[in-house]
Amino acid sequence: MNVLEMTNIKKSFGDNNVLKGISFHVDSGEVVSIIGTSGGGKSTLLRCATLLETVDDGIISYMGENVTYKDGNGKLCYAKDLNRFKKVFGLVFQSFNLFPHFSVLKNVMDAPVTVLNRNKAEVKEECLELLEKMGLSDKVDAYPCELSGGQQQRVSIVRALAMKPDILFFDEPTSALDPELTGEVLKVIKQLAEEKMTMVIVTHEMAFARAVSDRVVFIDKGMIAEQGTPEEVFGNTRNERTKQFLQNYGK
Amino acid sequence: MSLQMIFIKMGEGFGKTCAIFFLTLLFSLPLGMIISFMRMSKNTVVSKITQFVVSVLRGTPLMLQLLAVTYGPYYLFNISVSRNKLIPVVIAFSVNYAAYFSEIYRGGIESISVGQYEAAAILGYSKVQTFIRIILPQVIRRILPSVTNEIVTLVKDTSIAFTVSYQEMFTIGKQIANSQTSFTPFLVAGVFYYVFNAIVGLVMGKIEKSMSYYKQ
Repeated sequence: MNVLEMTNIKKSFGDNNVLKGISFHVDSGEVVSIIGTSGGGKSTLLRCATLLETVDDGIISYMGENVTYKDGNGKLCYAKDLNRFKKVFGLVFQSFNLFPHFSVLKNVMDAPVTVLNRNKAEVKEECLELLEKMGLSDKVDAYPCELSGGQQQRVSIVRALAMKPDILFFDEPTSALDPELTGEVLKVIKQLAEEKMTMVIVTHEMAFARAVSDRVVFIDKGMIAEQGTPEEVFGNTRNERTKQFLQNYGK
Repeated sequence: MSLQMIFIKMGEGFGKTCAIFFLTLLFSLPLGMIISFMRMSKNTVVSKITQFVVSVLRGTPLMLQLLAVTYGPYYLFNISVSRNKLIPVVIAFSVNYAAYFSEIYRGGIESISVGQYEAAAILGYSKVQTFIRIILPQVIRRILPSVTNEIVTLVKDTSIAFTVSYQEMFTIGKQIANSQTSFTPFLVAGVFYYVFNAIVGLVMGKIEKSMSYYKQ
C-alpha cells in the first residue's frame, strides 16, 4: 500500500516555480532517497508533504486518505482536519530544532504525552528504550546544549519515532554536522531501514543513499529527472543531468 | 522633626508605594502580552492602531497620562474625581507599563527561531500548546533582563503619584520637606528606593539564575 502519494504537485514562491508537477509515491516499508542540486526543489517537496508549506496544485494523500482535493469548481482545497495526518508522518530537520529548555527525555516524551494524551509512565518506558537503542542512555537528563551535533540529531530522530509515525522524512539530516559526526547518524538511519521503517531521505550523502535506499529519486529544476533502484541510478545512469550531477559529487 | 520621625512618617506611606508597585505589575504584565499579540496581529488595522497607541503611551510623559486619567473624566464627562486616587494611579501606571512590556514581549517572541514553531507543528502541538510549552518559556528566559530594567524603573516611577497627591512615600516626604524646610526627607526617600531596588535586583537575579540551566 502507498503510505504517501503525491500527484502533479506544483509550488511556486512568487515568480520562482520550485515544483513543476512532481508525482511521487512511497510504499509501506520502502526507503526512498531524494538527491539533486541545491535549490532544485527537494526540501520544498518534503515541506509540502509534511504540511509546512501549502501546495499551489496537486493531490496529496496519506494511507489512501486525501489531504488535498479538488472541489466542484476544480479549486484545490485542504482537508479540514489536518491533525489526523500529522500523526501519520514525522520529520527530522537539518538543524535538529530540539527544544532547548527541555531535557533530552522531555524533548522525546512531551509530544506523545501532551499531544496524544498518552500515559506518561508508558511513554517514558518506550522513550527510554528508544534512547538506549540510539546509544543515548547516558544523555537522558542532559540538555540539548550539552550534546554534540550528532547526538542532538539522534535525539531528534527519537523524538520523531516516539510519535510512532507510519512514515519518517529526513531533510538533509547530516548537512549541519561535522564529517566525523555524520557516521553515527547515518548508522542509526540504516538501522531503521533494516527494521523496515518507511522513510524518505533528502540527502547529499551519495554513498549512503546508494547503500540504504530501495529507490533513488533525482530531482532537478522542480522535476523528477530520473528515478529507479540505486543500481539503475548510480550504476547505469541514463539521464544526462544525473550524470553531470553525480560526476560533480566525484562518484 | 527627628530623623527617626521622618522615617516613621514616610514608612507609613511606603505601604502605598508598594501598593502602586505590586498592583501595576499584576495588571501590566498580562496586559502587555495582550497588547503584544494585538501588535503582532495579522489584521493590519488592529496592528496599526495598536502600534499608534503604544507610540503615544511611550512617547508622552507618564505624569501627563496620570493627570489625564485622574482629572480627564471630570473635564470630559463632569464625573467627580475619585476619592481613592489609587485607582487612577494604578490604571495609568498599568497601561503605561503594559505598553513597554508589550514591546519587550514582541522582541522576545520574534527572536525565537521559525524552526521551533515548525518542530512543534510537525509533532502536532496546537497553537496554544506551542506557545505555552515551547515558545513562552524561552521568551521569558530571554526577556528577563529587560523586564528587570522596567521593574527597577517602576520602583522609582511610583514617586510620580505625588502629582495627584496620592499619599505614597514620596508625596509625604515632599510635604515634610516643605513644612520643615529640610532636604533630609529626600535623602530618606533615596534610601527607601535604593533598598527596594536592591531587593528587586536580588529576587530577579535569583529568577534569572534559576532559568539559566540551558544555553540559548
